[in-house]
Amino acid sequence: MADPMQHSHHAAPAGDGALAALRARTPEVIAPGHTFESVTDSISHIVLTKRTPIGWFIGFAFAFLLLMLLNVTVAKLLMEGIGIWGNNVPVGWAFDIINFVWWIGIGHAGTLISAILLLFRQQWRTSINRFAEAMTLFAVACAAMFPLLHTGRPWLAVYWLFPYPNSMGLWPQFRSPLIWDVFAVSTYGTVSALFWFTGLVPDMATLRDRAESKVAKKIFGAAALGWRGSARHWHRYEMAYLLLAGISTPLVLSVHSVVSFDFAVSVLPGWHATIFPPYFVAGAIYSGFAMVMTLAIPLRSVYGLDGFITMRHIHNMTKVMLVTGMIVAYGYFNEAFFSWYAGNEYEGYMMLNRMEGPYAVFYWSLIAINAVMIQLFWFRSVRDNIALLFVLSLLVNVGMWLERFVIIVTSLHRDFLPSSWDIYMPTRWDFAMFAGTMGLFLSLFFLFIRFLPAIAIFEMRTITPEAKLKHHG
Amino acid sequence: MNERNDIEALRARLEGTRGREYWRSLEALSETTEFKDFLHREFPQNASEWLDPVGRRGFLKLMGASLALAGVSACTRQPIEELVPYVRQPEELVLGKPQFYATAMPMNGSGMGLLVESHEGRPTKIEGNPDHPSSRGSADLFAQAAILGLYDPDRSQTLTNLGEIRPFSAFVAAMKQVMTAQQAKQGAGFRLLTETVASPTLAAQIQELIALYPQMKWAQWEPYGRHGAREGSRIAFGEYVEPQYAIEKADVILALDADFLCTGASGLRNARGFASRRRFEGDRAQVNRLYAVESNPSNTGSRADHRLPVRAAEVESLARAVAAQLGVSGVTAGSLPDAAARWIGPLVKDLQANRGKSLVIAGDGQSAAVHALAHAINEALGNVGATVSYTQTPEAQPSNQLADLRQLATDMNAGTVECLLIIGANPVYSAPADLKFSEAMDKVGVRVHVGLYEDETAARSHWHIPETHFLEAWSDVRTDDGTVSIIQPLIAPLYSGKSAHEVIAAIGPNGERSGYDVVRAYWAGQRLPGAEPAEETAPAPAPARSTAIPAPAPAAAAPVAAGVAAAGASAGTTTGAPAENTTPATFNPTPEKSAFDRAWRKWLHDGLIQNTAFATRPVSLSGAIPAASTVAATASGTVEVIFRPDPSVWDGRFANNAWLQELPKALTKMTWDNPALISPATAAKFDLKDGDIVELKQGERTLKVPVWIAPGHGPDSVTLSAGYGRTRAGRAANGIGFDVNVLRTSSAPLFSGGVQISKTGDTYELACTQDHWSLEGRNLVRVGTTTQFQADPDFFKKMEVEAPPTLTMYTDYKYDGYAWGMAIDQNVCTGCNACIVACQAENNIPVVGKTQVLNGREMHWLRIDRYYSGDIENPDTYHQPMPCQQCETAPCEVVCPVAATTHSDEGLNDMVYNRCVGTRYCSNNCPYKVRRFNFLLYQDWDTPSLKLQRNPDVTVRSRGVMEKCTYCVQRINQARVTAKLEDREIRDGEVLTACQATCPTDAIVFGNINDPNSQVAKLKKSERNYALLAELNTRPRTTYLALVRNPNTELEPAAPARTEGEG
Repeated sequence: MADPMQHSHHAAPAGDGALAALRARTPEVIAPGHTFESVTDSISHIVLTKRTPIGWFIGFAFAFLLLMLLNVTVAKLLMEGIGIWGNNVPVGWAFDIINFVWWIGIGHAGTLISAILLLFRQQWRTSINRFAEAMTLFAVACAAMFPLLHTGRPWLAVYWLFPYPNSMGLWPQFRSPLIWDVFAVSTYGTVSALFWFTGLVPDMATLRDRAESKVAKKIFGAAALGWRGSARHWHRYEMAYLLLAGISTPLVLSVHSVVSFDFAVSVLPGWHATIFPPYFVAGAIYSGFAMVMTLAIPLRSVYGLDGFITMRHIHNMTKVMLVTGMIVAYGYFNEAFFSWYAGNEYEGYMMLNRMEGPYAVFYWSLIAINAVMIQLFWFRSVRDNIALLFVLSLLVNVGMWLERFVIIVTSLHRDFLPSSWDIYMPTRWDFAMFAGTMGLFLSLFFLFIRFLPAIAIFEMRTITPEAKLKHHG
Repeated sequence: MNERNDIEALRARLEGTRGREYWRSLEALSETTEFKDFLHREFPQNASEWLDPVGRRGFLKLMGASLALAGVSACTRQPIEELVPYVRQPEELVLGKPQFYATAMPMNGSGMGLLVESHEGRPTKIEGNPDHPSSRGSADLFAQAAILGLYDPDRSQTLTNLGEIRPFSAFVAAMKQVMTAQQAKQGAGFRLLTETVASPTLAAQIQELIALYPQMKWAQWEPYGRHGAREGSRIAFGEYVEPQYAIEKADVILALDADFLCTGASGLRNARGFASRRRFEGDRAQVNRLYAVESNPSNTGSRADHRLPVRAAEVESLARAVAAQLGVSGVTAGSLPDAAARWIGPLVKDLQANRGKSLVIAGDGQSAAVHALAHAINEALGNVGATVSYTQTPEAQPSNQLADLRQLATDMNAGTVECLLIIGANPVYSAPADLKFSEAMDKVGVRVHVGLYEDETAARSHWHIPETHFLEAWSDVRTDDGTVSIIQPLIAPLYSGKSAHEVIAAIGPNGERSGYDVVRAYWAGQRLPGAEPAEETAPAPAPARSTAIPAPAPAAAAPVAAGVAAAGASAGTTTGAPAENTTPATFNPTPEKSAFDRAWRKWLHDGLIQNTAFATRPVSLSGAIPAASTVAATASGTVEVIFRPDPSVWDGRFANNAWLQELPKALTKMTWDNPALISPATAAKFDLKDGDIVELKQGERTLKVPVWIAPGHGPDSVTLSAGYGRTRAGRAANGIGFDVNVLRTSSAPLFSGGVQISKTGDTYELACTQDHWSLEGRNLVRVGTTTQFQADPDFFKKMEVEAPPTLTMYTDYKYDGYAWGMAIDQNVCTGCNACIVACQAENNIPVVGKTQVLNGREMHWLRIDRYYSGDIENPDTYHQPMPCQQCETAPCEVVCPVAATTHSDEGLNDMVYNRCVGTRYCSNNCPYKVRRFNFLLYQDWDTPSLKLQRNPDVTVRSRGVMEKCTYCVQRINQARVTAKLEDREIRDGEVLTACQATCPTDAIVFGNINDPNSQVAKLKKSERNYALLAELNTRPRTTYLALVRNPNTELEPAAPARTEGEG
C-alpha cells in the first residue's frame, strides 16, 4: 500500500480572535478520529463487501426500469420519428433541448469541484470530487443523447456533424452554434472522463490490493494500470492531474457559454441576449451543486459517510448555490429590465408573455424557486437542516429545468408574427424520454457506488490528522 | 346490341385501323359484348382485390394483366413489357418535359377553362388557360385541387349491381329492359336527376331522350346552386338570364351578401376586374369603392371599404331601403336598425353620384327577391349596359331546381317512378331534409347512380356506375360568358368509368357510343362557321399553346395522344375500348383534313371555341318585386341559421379531397371541420366559446354542432357550412365534421329564422391553423387610405422601422446574373386560397391530418395570414400571403450545422433535403416561421394512384427533413434550360411560380430584380413596397405592397395618419 506523498501547506497563521471563533464554528472537512486505516477501510468496504445492501437493489431496480423505458422510447423514436413528441412549428425545440441543457448544466459542478477548487486548493472538495465527477460524466452521457436523438435523421446526424474528410468536400457549417456545441460537449465529455479516470488510478490500486475475489483483483488491477505508488508514479500522477485540472478549468466556463450561444446567436426575442453566457454558466454551477447535494445527502446517510461528507461540505455547497443562484436571479432581473429598457416591442411582448401568457405559471414558479426560495440559504439554521436541504436541492433542480422550459418554449411559441403563434403540449413520450434519461443516470450512479470508490480514498487520507502530523513531523 | 361476327363488318373494321392491330380471335376483333364480358369476368378475384388498400403485389398483378391484354383493345405499338422505353418515341414527347393540354372543369352549372400539365401521360398539375376569357391563366382552389380528385384512391372503381361487380354490358342490358318497358308509357315512369348541366352536348343528348320518352322528367339538383339568382332574374325580367358584370368599369360596388370575388365561375374574372381598380402602380386608375352587406364574413367582405354585418334575412330589407331611396318604383322601405339606416345614407348618395358607373350584386345565398331588387337598382342607376349586361345562362336548361326536386320526391313517394337514373348528384346526402329523399328513393323500382364515389346515394341504388373524372373523359362545357370549351381527357379512365354522355347514350336508342364520338358528333352537327362537318378522323388531344408556363410544349403539329397512350399502359385498356384507343393516330399517312377537323383541332388546342360567348340579351324589367317578407325579430333563445357551401369542400363533392380538407378556410383558418360560425356578441349572449357544442333545434329537426367565433359575423345568426358529416365519401371525409343538411328544408334552403339554440356543455376539438387574431399592434400589415396616400406618397415609407446599422465582417454578395424576388400586393389579394392549393399540387406537399394540424404541424409552404383590426363585431380583415421570404441575410442559413440550407448565387435560400438532418434550428430562427418539418412520415409512399400525381421535378420528402417554399426553383430551372438552348436570358414573366400562376388578381409577382424593367423590380420601387420585419436586417427578397383602403369620408371621417398597424 502506497502512502500518499505529502506536500500540504497547512501553515495557516493563527489569526485574530474573530477568525479563530469562526474556525471553531466551522465544522471540519473530515470527522475527528479518522485515520489512514479507517478511511481506507470504510470507503473500500462499500465496494469490496460481498453483501450488497437490499436498498441498493431496490434503488437499482427502479433506475433500471426507467432505463428500459428509455430503450423503448428511443426505439419508437427511431422507428416513427420525433413526431411522437409534442414539438411543432413554431416550437421546434422543447423537452429535447430543455433536457439537454439541464443535464449538461448539472454536469458542471463536477468539473468545477475537481478542477477549479483543486487549483484554488479548497481541501473540502476532496470528499465530494469523485462522485461529483462521476455525476458529471453520467449527466453528460444523458445530455449527449438529446442533441443526437432530437434530430430528424439521427443516423446521419451522428457523423455529419463532425468534420471528417469526404469525397463530396462537405464540411459542417462552422458558423452554426450547434457545431460549436458538438465540439464543446465532446471535449468536455472527453476531458471529464480522463480527469475522472486519472483520479481513480491510485484508488484502483488500493482496491486491487484489498480485493479478495480473483475477478475483482484482475479488473481493478487492469484499471490500476500497474500503479505501485512509487515516488515517480506520484510525481507523474500529480503533474497529470494538475494539467488536466488546468485544461478542465476553462471548460467549466466555455461549455455552458457555448450552449447558451445556441440561443444567444439566434434572432429570437428571449434568446437573443448578451447576458446569456455568464447567466448560463452560473445557472449550470447552481444546478450542478444542487444535484451533488441531492446525491450526497442520501449517500452519506445510507452508507454512513457523514464522517467524510461533513456539515462543512454541506455548508459550502449551500453557499456556492446561494452565490450562483443570486447570479441567476440577477440574470432574470436583467432580462426583464432590458426587455423594457430596450423599447423593442418584440422583446417587451416576450417578457409580458412570460409573465402573463399561457406558461406564466412556469415563469413564476421559477422565480419563486430560483430567486426567492434560495434566500433561505442565508440562514445557518437552514444550512444545518439536512432534510430541508435535500428538499430544497431537489426544488432547485426543478427550478433550473423550468428556467430552460421558460427560455425555450415561451420564447418560441410566440415570436414575431402573431399568425404563427401556437401552443406546445408535451406528449407522454416527452416525459418517457426525460424519465428514461434519469433512469440511465441513476443506473450508472448505482453501479458506480457499488463498484467504484465513491470518495477518493487516497485524497481523503491526505486530510486526516495523521497526514498532517506526518508532515509536521 | 348483339353483334354477330359479321365478316364484312370485321374486314371493314380492320381496314379502318392503322398500324399493327393485335387481335386474338374474331370475337376479340369484333369487340362483342360477350367478349368484353369475358374480359371482365376473367379476373374477378383480382378485381375485388383492387378495392382493398392493395399491396404492391396486387397492384403489379393487375398491371401485368392489363399489359397482357393490351393487344386486345389497344391500337398503337405499345411496348408490351414494363421496362422497355418508347421504341419509337411519340413525336413531341420528350421524356422529362411536360406537355400542356387545354381542357375545362365543369362545376355548378358552368365551367372553368384550364391548362393541364402532363408528364409522360399523367396529368400532374392544373393551371388556368391563359387564352380563356374567364380564367386568363388563373384557376380557383377547386380546379387546383381537382388533380388530387382524379387520383383519389377512394373513388369508386367498379360497376356494381347490388354490391356485385358487373360489366357495363350487363347494365346496358338491364336498362334496355327498363327502357323498353318505358316506351309503352312514353317514359312516364322514368326520371333523370343530374347536377346542373352546362354541357351543350349532354343537354342535347337528354333532349333527344326526352323527345323519345316525352313523359319522362329531368330534374337538376345543385344543393348550393344559383337558385336565388335564377328565380330573381325570372321575377325581374320574366326569363332566366345571367347577369354579366363588368367589375372593372364600376366605381362604386354594393355587394348584397355576395362573395362575387371568390366564388362561382365568374369569381376569377370578377377578382381580376376588381384588382384592376386597386393598383397604384403604372397608370393610376381611379380606385373603386366596395360596400358589402354580409351575413357571414366572406373574402369579398374582407376587401370591402365598408362592411355591414347583418342577419341574412335583413339583407332584403336593406336592399329594399336602398332601392326605395334610389327611387325604384314599387318598393317601399321597411324599418331598419339604426346602424344600418345610418350606413345606407352615404351609400345611396355614393351610388347616385355614380350613376352608370356603379353596380349592385346579389349573392347566391340570397333570395330571389334580393336578386330582383339588385336588378331593379342597377336598372334605376342606369348600370345596365354599362357595368352589367344580361345574357342567356351558361347552364343549358335553367329551371327551378328546388321545385323539380320536390316534384321528384313527391312522384317517388306516389310510386309513379319506376326507374331513377342519377348522374353525378348525391341527393341522399344533399337534398333538403324535409324531402326525405332516401326513403322516397326506396320506393323506386330501379335506381341507378352514376358518380365518382360510391357515396350515400350509391348505397341506396341498385346499380352504381363509376363516373369518369373530367380529366379522363370527353365532354364540353359552357363557361360563365357562354364560351364553349371542349373537355378533352388527359388520361384514359383509371377505373373503367363511364361519362354521363356514355351512360345517356347507352340507354338511348342508338346504344353505346364513346364520349368522344358523342361530343364530336354534336359539334360537327352545329355547323359553326369555319367548321363544316366531315368524316371522323384521328382523334388526338392537341397540346395547347402555353405561353405563360415554363418550358412550353412545342406548338401543336401532329402529336400522338400522349395522355391517352400512356394511360393505356396503366389501367385503361383492360376494360374494353374507349374509342380514342381503337384508332391509331400515328404511323399512318395523315389523311386530308376537313375544315371541321382543323377547327376541332384548334378548339382542343385553344381550349375554347372562339366566338361562342353569348350575345348580350336585351331585357326589360317586367315583374313587380314581391312584397317584403316580414323579417321577424329574433325571439330570445333563437337564432337564424344560414346554410352556405363550405369554402373548401363546397357542397361535399370535394369532401374526400385531402388538400381541400386541410386547406385553412380563408377567414376562419379552420381545417378538417365545419363548425357553426357565430359573432362574438352572439357567443357572449349564449355564453359560448370556440368548440362548445350547441344544439340547434327547429321543429323536430336537431343538430349538434360546435361553434366557432367569427369576428364580423352577422348578429343573432349562425352560419352552417355544408359538405361535412359524410358517411360514404371516402377515407378522408367519412365521419369528420357535421352534416348540416339535417336542418335544411326545401322551404328555407338559404336561411331560416327562429332556430332554438342551447349550449350542451360538451366541447369539440377544432383544428385551426391560426389561433391568434390580432396584430398585437405590430407593424406587419401597413394600411392607409387613399386620402392619406394621395396626400403623402411617402405615407407608407414613414411607417418603416429603422433597421440597425449593418455591422458585418462579410461584404455583400454581388449578384451578377439573376436575382430572384417577389412582390405581393396585399391591396389586390382577396385571400381566395387558390395559391395554397396550387403550391401544394406543384411541390408535392403532403397532408398531415387533423391531429397533426392540431399539433401545429401543417405542411403548407405558403400560408395566408389573416389579421383583424378594429371593432371585433365588424373588423377590418387583412390577408397576408406568407411564402418563404428568401432573406438575403437569412437567419436560417447561419444556424444550420450541416449547411443544408444555403444561399444560391441567384439569391435563393436553397434547401438541400439530402443534407438535412433535421435539427429544426432553422425553423426556430426563422422570424417568419415559414419552414415546415416532417415530424413523421407524412408523405404517402404506398398508394399507387397518388404516385401518379406527383410532380417529377420536385423531391418527395421523407421524414426528419425540413422543407419550405423554394420560389418554385424547378420552374426557374426549366426556364433556364429553355433560355440557354435559345441562347438568351430568361425573360420577365417566363417563370411563374405556382402561386403566382394561379392568382386571379396577379397579387403575387415574381421575377428578376436585377432587371430594372421587370415587373417585380418596378413593384419594388413602389411607394407602397415594404419588407416585413425589416428591422431584423434579414433583407427579405419577398416584399409586400401596403393596403390602401378607399373609405367614404361620410362614413369614416378622415383618420389621422396612422403610423403603426392597428392592434
